[in-house]
Amino acid sequence: MGTVAERLVVVKWVRACRVEDIPRLGARVVKSAQGDIAVFRNAEDEVFALADKCPHKGGPLSQGIVFGRKVACPLHNWNIQLEDGCAVAPDVGCARRYPVRVEAAVVFLQISPA
Amino acid sequence: MKLVMVGNGMAGVRTLEELLKLAPDLYDITVFGAEPHANYNRILLSPVLAGEMTLEDIMLNDVGWYRDNGIRLHLGKKVVKIDRIARKVIASDGTEAEYDRVLLATGSNPFILPIPGADLEGVLTYRDIADTNAMIEAAAKYKHAVVIGGGLLGLEAANGLKARGMNVTVVHLPDWLMERQLDRTAADMLQKSLEAKGLQFLLKTETSEILGGADGRVKAVRFKDGSELVADLVVMAVGIRPNTELAESAGLYCKGGIVVSDTMQTYDPKIYAVGECAAHRGVAYGLVAPLFEMGKVCANHLAHLGIGRYEGSILSTKLKVTGIDLFSAGDFIGNGETEDIVLHDAVGGVYKKLVIRDDRIVGGIMVGDTADGSWYLQLLRDRQDIHDIRDHLMFGQGHLGNSGHQGRSNAAAMSDAMEVCGCNGVCKGAIVRAIKEKGLFSLDDVRKHTKASSSCGSCTGLVEQILASTVGGAYQPAESKTKPVCGCTDHSHEDVRRMIREHKLLSIPEVIKFMEWRTPNGCASCRPALNYYLLSTWPREAADDPQSRYINERAHANIQKDGSYSVVPRMWGGSTSAAELRRIADVVDKYKIPTVKLTGGQRVDLLGVKKQDLPAVWRDLGMPSGHAYAKALRTVKTCVGSEWCRFGVQDSTNMGIALEKDLWRMCAPHKVKLAVSGCPRNCAEATIKDVGVIGVDSGWEIYVAGNGGIKAEVAQFLCKVKTEAEVLEYAGAFLQLYREEGRYLDRTVHYVARAGLDYIKQRVVDDGENRKALYARLQYALSGEKDPWQERAAGVARHEFELLEV
Repeated sequence: MGTVAERLVVVKWVRACRVEDIPRLGARVVKSAQGDIAVFRNAEDEVFALADKCPHKGGPLSQGIVFGRKVACPLHNWNIQLEDGCAVAPDVGCARRYPVRVEAAVVFLQISPA
Repeated sequence: MKLVMVGNGMAGVRTLEELLKLAPDLYDITVFGAEPHANYNRILLSPVLAGEMTLEDIMLNDVGWYRDNGIRLHLGKKVVKIDRIARKVIASDGTEAEYDRVLLATGSNPFILPIPGADLEGVLTYRDIADTNAMIEAAAKYKHAVVIGGGLLGLEAANGLKARGMNVTVVHLPDWLMERQLDRTAADMLQKSLEAKGLQFLLKTETSEILGGADGRVKAVRFKDGSELVADLVVMAVGIRPNTELAESAGLYCKGGIVVSDTMQTYDPKIYAVGECAAHRGVAYGLVAPLFEMGKVCANHLAHLGIGRYEGSILSTKLKVTGIDLFSAGDFIGNGETEDIVLHDAVGGVYKKLVIRDDRIVGGIMVGDTADGSWYLQLLRDRQDIHDIRDHLMFGQGHLGNSGHQGRSNAAAMSDAMEVCGCNGVCKGAIVRAIKEKGLFSLDDVRKHTKASSSCGSCTGLVEQILASTVGGAYQPAESKTKPVCGCTDHSHEDVRRMIREHKLLSIPEVIKFMEWRTPNGCASCRPALNYYLLSTWPREAADDPQSRYINERAHANIQKDGSYSVVPRMWGGSTSAAELRRIADVVDKYKIPTVKLTGGQRVDLLGVKKQDLPAVWRDLGMPSGHAYAKALRTVKTCVGSEWCRFGVQDSTNMGIALEKDLWRMCAPHKVKLAVSGCPRNCAEATIKDVGVIGVDSGWEIYVAGNGGIKAEVAQFLCKVKTEAEVLEYAGAFLQLYREEGRYLDRTVHYVARAGLDYIKQRVVDDGENRKALYARLQYALSGEKDPWQERAAGVARHEFELLEV
């Protein structure tokens, strides 16, 4: 048991970009200390952030085709769910998810070490 | 709304599965099943009997599935009454369920011969798990089995009992076995191979009585001629009758089954019927495949999507007896208006017969070698004109040119450990296991679960064979002419193209809305296809959607396994210069590009370029895009030709350059490769290209629809022309026809196989006006296309290449 301050999880949000910087049904890559993060925007302007690594063979998810709330990995076409980063069955595996907050059309990410 | 399903077999549950996909929340569902088991794969009872699988292996939906989908399940309860006034069904134990809709899936009952002794102990039918278990028990205790009926089911039962050590005799009334699926020649071959496995047969033999012993158990079978055969187990497999008892008692019209319309509704539109209990257009089907098609249509209608109609099925059969290859489909006997093509090698054990009417396959039988069964069935269902391929039709689709699976074209001859899919490393055993354990029925299912044939697709034929031999006749290849674009819609590629043209649709959202896609913005399969159809139908008008393009076409470079890209600049006709090579060398140094390689298309490939460097690399190269990443014209490969070569009779290099300058920037359903050779020695290998041009002394020969990749295919001769200008016009017109009519992801070889070379010649060679019009449309489309590299080097689509940082 440490002190209260040590046990407090510091929630830090960092500004990534504006929503309009991401193409609709597309993604941008954000370089971070945790590695590349793919930030997606779907047709309804929802924004999602996942590690830019397919759970299959590490393909860059940011380069895939976005549809509904999914992205198809460009290497072997695994479909990954944007909300939780997990592969659509029967494939198994998850890409790390990063919390996203959108305020006044600006995208903030919460990037803490895994 | 309340939906009550009566009968808990494959047809009904499949309908529910389809319904839950379309409208998961529309109905409150109750299911009654007379058997104590949840839904199992009835067609795999034979392998269970033969000891190759267990009952657990063949469960399709366990009780948990019903619970997870909120379905009320009454097992072991037989429905005895439908009260159509009060709208409720009543089971034998008094359980009642109210309904708004009823789905009858009561299946069929085995036919029992009306002969003395049919009710003795030890006389069984072969229909469900209980029958199968009874046979397995009997086989453990007794020695002599008689199977009455030499049809599909009877033979599978006989084989299973033999495998369990019984001495088995099959008694059959007609002149030969499986007379409803086979002609005499095929049946004789089948009988020989079953005899070799130790089965015995009595044909043209009518059973008159089954004799019992003092213990009340069967002891012998007596025939009409008075002779007798010892038996302590008798299995009757003489046919099935649709189970219409409940429907008839409810006053529903039945004639050879519960009569249904094309939407699977009975005479009471609130009541549907699917599966073996239903009679559609006078036919009650006893095989699994049609049940799936019915289920789909029925679910569509139940979900209030009244777009599907069931129009009957063409039946095909495969016998599931290990080691015996047998296939039969359609009208396999023929009549005065049909022709037969027959190949018969009695010693080698191969017999193939195709029945043809008006240049179309209407039926066929294969024994010993069923490798091409799926292909023939596809041709049959598509009503494909086989005139052009008639001379080699009998030799099958010819997987000879395929690579990646050791040249194998016959799955039956492969061991479980052999690799089927060389792309994804999937062996035969893994595919068989997935099909059995996961209850897969379609090629798509197998691709999803095993990845086999999901990459390059060259092993598709093998995977289909494995599927067909594992699930038997339940596997039906999709009718390719009306194959939906993807799971987002039921419309075919052709429907989509027509609507885009007739209604002048100009964007993907318009198509998706107009054609009522099930998904809000399509998927990774249909969006690239739609984008291509829009751009090729309405060039310079339709809006290109970069987000609907595969990454290579969006980034204008080829993505590599590590996420870097490769860059292939265009070198006209494979010609380059010191200045270009010097610039390439400088770019390699400046951007630290790790690998430089020559491609098969006479160009230079720069591999390992970082995405953010691409626009600068293109700017520094100062060369046009090679489109090596696109479904578009790639290269025009050339030999040296008459300028230098001592054999050359035509200037192939300059012909190639002219073609490439004429056609570059041309998008297409798939990649397009050309080659020009300056003499018939054909050093440019023009005969395996989409368009191959070969110089001869008196002009140029044009070949089309060749292929050198997944499936090696020699190009076919289109025509001979005299001048360079004619080469441009004919080649351009052919490619425009392909652009307008080919399906997205079809190479020219696939397109021409479907359209027929005669048709292509008629449109491109014989009809001069049409050729000119095609060529003019191509020129119009190309005139709107710019070099994507120079645009991006100048700042277009900058967001695609720039990284964000936090």
